[in-house]
Amino acid sequence: MGRGQYILRRLVQMIPVLIGVTIIIFALIRAIPGDPAVAMLGDRATNDAIERMRESMGLNEPLYVQYWYFVRDLAQFDLGTSTRYDVPVSEILFARLKVSLSVVLFTTVLTILISVPLGILAALKKDSVFDNIVRSALMVTLVMPSFWMGIMFIIIFSVKLGVFPVSGYGQGFFGHIRHLFLPSLTVSLTIAPILIRALRNSILEVLELDYVKTARAKGLTERTVMTVHVLRNALIPAVTLLGISVGGLMGGTVITEKVFSLPGAGALLIDSITARDYAMLQGATLIFAFMVIMVNLATDILYSFLDPRVRF
Amino acid sequence: MSVDLSRAAELGGMSGAVRKPRTTWDRMRHNRNLMLGLTLFVALVLVALLAPVIAPYDPLALDFTNALQSPSRDHLFGTDNLGRDIFSRVLHGARIDLRVGIISVISPFIIGLVLGAVSGFYGGWWDTIVMRLVDVVQAFPFLVLVIAIVAVRGPGLQNMYIAVALVAWVVYARLVRGEVLVEKNKEYVQAARALGGSDWRIMRHHLLPNVITTSVVYAMADIALYILLAAALSFLGLGAKPPAPEWGVMITEGRQYITTAWWLSALPGLAIVLTGIILSLIGDGLADFLRPERR
Repeated sequence: MGRGQYILRRLVQMIPVLIGVTIIIFALIRAIPGDPAVAMLGDRATNDAIERMRESMGLNEPLYVQYWYFVRDLAQFDLGTSTRYDVPVSEILFARLKVSLSVVLFTTVLTILISVPLGILAALKKDSVFDNIVRSALMVTLVMPSFWMGIMFIIIFSVKLGVFPVSGYGQGFFGHIRHLFLPSLTVSLTIAPILIRALRNSILEVLELDYVKTARAKGLTERTVMTVHVLRNALIPAVTLLGISVGGLMGGTVITEKVFSLPGAGALLIDSITARDYAMLQGATLIFAFMVIMVNLATDILYSFLDPRVRF
Repeated sequence: MSVDLSRAAELGGMSGAVRKPRTTWDRMRHNRNLMLGLTLFVALVLVALLAPVIAPYDPLALDFTNALQSPSRDHLFGTDNLGRDIFSRVLHGARIDLRVGIISVISPFIIGLVLGAVSGFYGGWWDTIVMRLVDVVQAFPFLVLVIAIVAVRGPGLQNMYIAVALVAWVVYARLVRGEVLVEKNKEYVQAARALGGSDWRIMRHHLLPNVITTSVVYAMADIALYILLAAALSFLGLGAKPPAPEWGVMITEGRQYITTAWWLSALPGLAIVLTGIILSLIGDGLADFLRPERR
């Protein structure tokens, strides 16, 4: 089986997951205690409005018909109408998604920049003071509440030192970078520990393998052994792990967007809760799940390129 | 044979001296992380239990004449905007947060253990259904799905427990299923079967004790995760309600004063970090202790 077929099979495997995700999102609104239509419109809604909402949501129909309506709308990118803004959910959501995706992308870059050098150094200087400091520091950042870390960063870097802005998204490319640095750093420090630990361990494992000993015995320089023989193989599990961590990364984004008042999809999700804007909550949850599914797919495909041994 | 050799080397066999086999207690005593973690954990539990006795003030008592005092001898951690003693609140917070962490971990652990074990043991259509369900739940970012469930069910710790039970079982199900798949074909299981052991008996008496260790290590680390989750939900207004001295609530309440009174948010956060470190020490130590060959 070739790579093309492998990718095709992965796409087919996605179908039951996508169906399952839509069922959960569909069930979410039906899990509201009481009448969902009343919950969505608020207590002051007229009986007429409630009846119209029930009609448009198909709440008077049997469940399977309701689900069919839901999926049919979804297939047309119709995520419903926001009760808070009175416009289609997709309109606002996609506009806000840009900010979240920027945070996710910036966080990924920062995570790699932090993890790869630290992981390599910790492995090469195993059990040294440096290794121990890195490992202890990781234990600490791993158990820090990310929103607390964000607040501490604001106190130190924004309020006391005045190096970075307290909140907001900024203007222009460099403005965005400056504004997104602290939020992205906050999220990446919660993921980097897992990655550094994995990278360190996989380098140590690869270093023990016969082909590395052979490479050394051949008289290759330590630099060549590391870059050509060790790193290439040790990075593969780290890439997979980074892919898996993206779910956590997106959850972290939701919190950080609130801490740094970023106008992203995560903050939108949280704000939709207090506003009882359930269509928006549904839409945002769906988008986040969809992004995780896409990243996992991309990771698997990337993996098939990185590791020639992968079985299709 | 190779196992014996490495064992001998570990025990100093090269010198030829015969040593007593190490007992469980010996191995535990020499596990620095585990011992340190357990000692600190016992101390933490004592603090939580004795908080009403050792806390110098009532955690809810308002004292406007002493609002926003920086840390001093009278108020070790300072006071908040309502004049409440932060040190007393942090001590009482241990009661809430430890309880939340431990309660949260129980349901997903049990659900995952049962579903994973049955899946791995019987396979077939049941396994397919459970594993597809796992895939679906894992397609969501953990935090986003928990938030969404709490959002529709209403804020509060009770609904957080429900949300966690619905979402977090997948991790344990996957772990246990994987281990059962490996173990179920081993000789001791075959032997138990040959002796006429029922499926239930084999699972309970033979498989479970052998597959549960990894999950226990995970559960230990997860207690810290759920304390973080509870704090995050408080921050979003979905968790514990003020004026409860939950650490996340305290961090959130102090956020308005970060420019003038850092101790309001910083010190409860440190309590979370410290608790997390203690639990990680136990988790890492347990991993070494239960699985020496995987060190």
